[in-house]
Amino acid sequence: MPVFIINRLFQALGVILVMSVLVFVGLYLIGDPTSMLVSPEATEIERQALRKALGLDQSIWLQYLTFLGNAAQGDFGRSFLTGQPALQLIIERMPATVELVIVAMTFSVVGVPLGILAGLRPKAPSSKAIMTGSILGFSLPNFWIGLMLIMLFAVYLGVLPASARGETVNVGPVAFSILTIDGWQHLALPALTLGLAKAALMIRVTRAATREVLPMDYIKFARAKGLRPSRILNVHLLKNILIPIITVAGLEFGQAIAFAVVTESVFSWPGMGKLLIDSIITLDRPVVVAYLIMMVFFLVILNLVVDILYMAIDPSAREKVRD
Amino acid sequence: MNSVKTRLAASAVFLLMGAFSLSAADLKIGVKSEPSSLDPQFHVLVPNVQVTFAMFDPLVMMDPKLVPQPALAESWKPTSDTVWEFTLRKDAKFSDGSPLTADDVVFTFDRIPKVPNSPTAFTLFTRQIAKVEAADAHAVRITTKQPYPLLVTDIANLPILSKAAASGPAPEGKTTVEFNRGEGLVGTGPFKFVSWQKGADLVLERNPNYWGKPAAWDKVIYRPMTNPAARAAALLSGDIDMMEDPPTTDLEQFKTNPKLSVAEAPGTRIVYIALDQKGEPSPGIPGQGNKNPLMDKRVREALSLSIDRKAIAERVMGGVAVATGDLLPEPMFGAVKARQAAPAVDTAKAKALLAEAGYPNGFQITLGTPNGRYVNDARIAQTIAAMWTRAGVKAEVAAAAPPVFFKSRDNFEYSAYLAAWGNSTGEISTTLRSLVGTREPSKGSGTSNGGRYSNPDLDALLDKASATMDDKARKELLQKADEMVLSDYGIIPVHFEVPVWALRKGLSYAARADQYTLPQDVTSAK
Repeated sequence: MPVFIINRLFQALGVILVMSVLVFVGLYLIGDPTSMLVSPEATEIERQALRKALGLDQSIWLQYLTFLGNAAQGDFGRSFLTGQPALQLIIERMPATVELVIVAMTFSVVGVPLGILAGLRPKAPSSKAIMTGSILGFSLPNFWIGLMLIMLFAVYLGVLPASARGETVNVGPVAFSILTIDGWQHLALPALTLGLAKAALMIRVTRAATREVLPMDYIKFARAKGLRPSRILNVHLLKNILIPIITVAGLEFGQAIAFAVVTESVFSWPGMGKLLIDSIITLDRPVVVAYLIMMVFFLVILNLVVDILYMAIDPSAREKVRD
Repeated sequence: MNSVKTRLAASAVFLLMGAFSLSAADLKIGVKSEPSSLDPQFHVLVPNVQVTFAMFDPLVMMDPKLVPQPALAESWKPTSDTVWEFTLRKDAKFSDGSPLTADDVVFTFDRIPKVPNSPTAFTLFTRQIAKVEAADAHAVRITTKQPYPLLVTDIANLPILSKAAASGPAPEGKTTVEFNRGEGLVGTGPFKFVSWQKGADLVLERNPNYWGKPAAWDKVIYRPMTNPAARAAALLSGDIDMMEDPPTTDLEQFKTNPKLSVAEAPGTRIVYIALDQKGEPSPGIPGQGNKNPLMDKRVREALSLSIDRKAIAERVMGGVAVATGDLLPEPMFGAVKARQAAPAVDTAKAKALLAEAGYPNGFQITLGTPNGRYVNDARIAQTIAAMWTRAGVKAEVAAAAPPVFFKSRDNFEYSAYLAAWGNSTGEISTTLRSLVGTREPSKGSGTSNGGRYSNPDLDALLDKASATMDDKARKELLQKADEMVLSDYGIIPVHFEVPVWALRKGLSYAARADQYTLPQDVTSAK
């Protein structure tokens, strides 16, 4: 087990190295950050001075090595735009995103019972309705759903706010919206937007897994043995369909944390996805690099957690790791 | 099923709570982007400056039409060619109650060059200043390096800090990080700082010690909303009271909506086409051997004549643009009256001119444009390309993301490109020097002259004007310079962008030509 974890961490390091080179070179090829930062009224001399101050006058490889050296000591550089440490900017924005995604993912769990329902009685009209709904749920674009929800709940009905985080309560240095009613009102629409597509995906995954497990011999045997249907459902079926569900939920959770950009910009949710997009537009390289490094690291850890959960659920996975 | 019920119950709760979230004397503004810092001297950038000017006053403040008006300085006069004296208001107080003195002004100017990591430093406005000193407790003497008529417009960009509040152990006093936390944000402006959560709301409240007319709002909230559709939806739902830059496609609908009103300012940002006039050949014009057709004035005139500016202003810009033939609108300083109206489109004459210049079959050209930097930029470029093609010049558009566009422009990869220039001084000298002055980095001229137009007579006129203190004489020189470059078709003006705001019905905004959104200028009819 420890070997397994250490292996994973080394893989993460490799991915981070490759990715940081790609981002560095990519942003370098796009253009000169000073052309976006400097007022057009500044002279060439003032622009040159800024390039020097930001270290942009050096060759790209020298810049990269300097970055690596600093990053090894935990310093990811300062944002070109705000002059603040890049890591700090990201961490400040992180709680808002995590909060939004957790609520959205909790909401998407609704998809599991619906999926089982659709899997148990595939021909029933209710199941067909669920499946049609799920197709809509993940094929409609995220921003469109967001805007439609705003039009419906905020503009026509006027019951929910269309933007921002609402009232927050500080627990230590971190602000939470989920602790106030106003915060929940603000959270409702973005979480619903983000959660709908996830719920749709959950429905489909659960249904497929249910359909796969139902004809298995052990289910037939349990039925023949005369077990109560609720016990068959809760123990024999649910345990066996959990693996694909956890895999998908884990991946989706990571995906949503790292790239909730669209939902965040539609609802002006002050999370870190918005920070990433703004930073890419202004070519604020230190922030982009630090963000992606953090996300790679986070996704690797998340996969690790999912793998450990597998082992808890599925004995055969434990055997494989031992080999 | 159970969870559906709970959700229904939950939305009923939201329903009830939603009805109580309106408050009368608060102003919520949906802004395009948030400030990069609250340090008033960190970054010359519209989102920063507009927030600063809600909390701080400069010595001289530009009014919505960019005419300098007394603010913290009640009067000023040049005492010689290079020395100016500013007399401060005696009743001005900072938000902490302490009075404004000349020492605060000296401290402010002193801190500007010391702010580290600034993406665009405020030294932009102090380049010409040699010395700032207190003449007495309420008078400040500023000495410039050479006779400099634009001093007052430069000063209008510099908010005055409180020496007591903004001092600190660092060389610059309070650091940018401390300002971002709200420390040292003590100004003389109509509002004072309450809180700022990055990426979310910036909250200000009325400054009880303000020297002028008290602001109409108890509380002001700036909310960054990058997505224009989201801003519009938030305004329609009453989430915010005012938004910057409503999408041009929705504007007609906004104007007829009984719940909304729209405020428009005179535009000073000129959208123009620059043409490569460096020499031969030109990179975006294939098939002409070593020749650059743009070197011929007749060709440039033909390109200008074939653009239907009015159609662009009406159809592409949805009416929020003023078609023009000049680089600055009347009555601003140095604009030429006869050039204001957009030249009539004349495709036949354009064809004749092209034939006369030796291009009866036209030629091919690539028109570069940023995509997403200016209002509808790529769509304007496409329309112009179609108009040129109709006149016989087969134009293709190369649209690029802004950073890519600027890189290509700075590498002179375009034969023609569309760009825009915002004039913040209300005087045409800065526009001319940057856009059509000969490129000379050491002199700071031609900074945005990607077409590399160069005319020694024009440079001489601009040099002469910049050292002429007499307003009338300078105006004549500048008008002459403007006319010189326009009649030479050195640059092709298209239209002025009109800055637009949309507000809740009952609110009105003294819309500003410099595009700043200032809460003190928003008033309620009730």
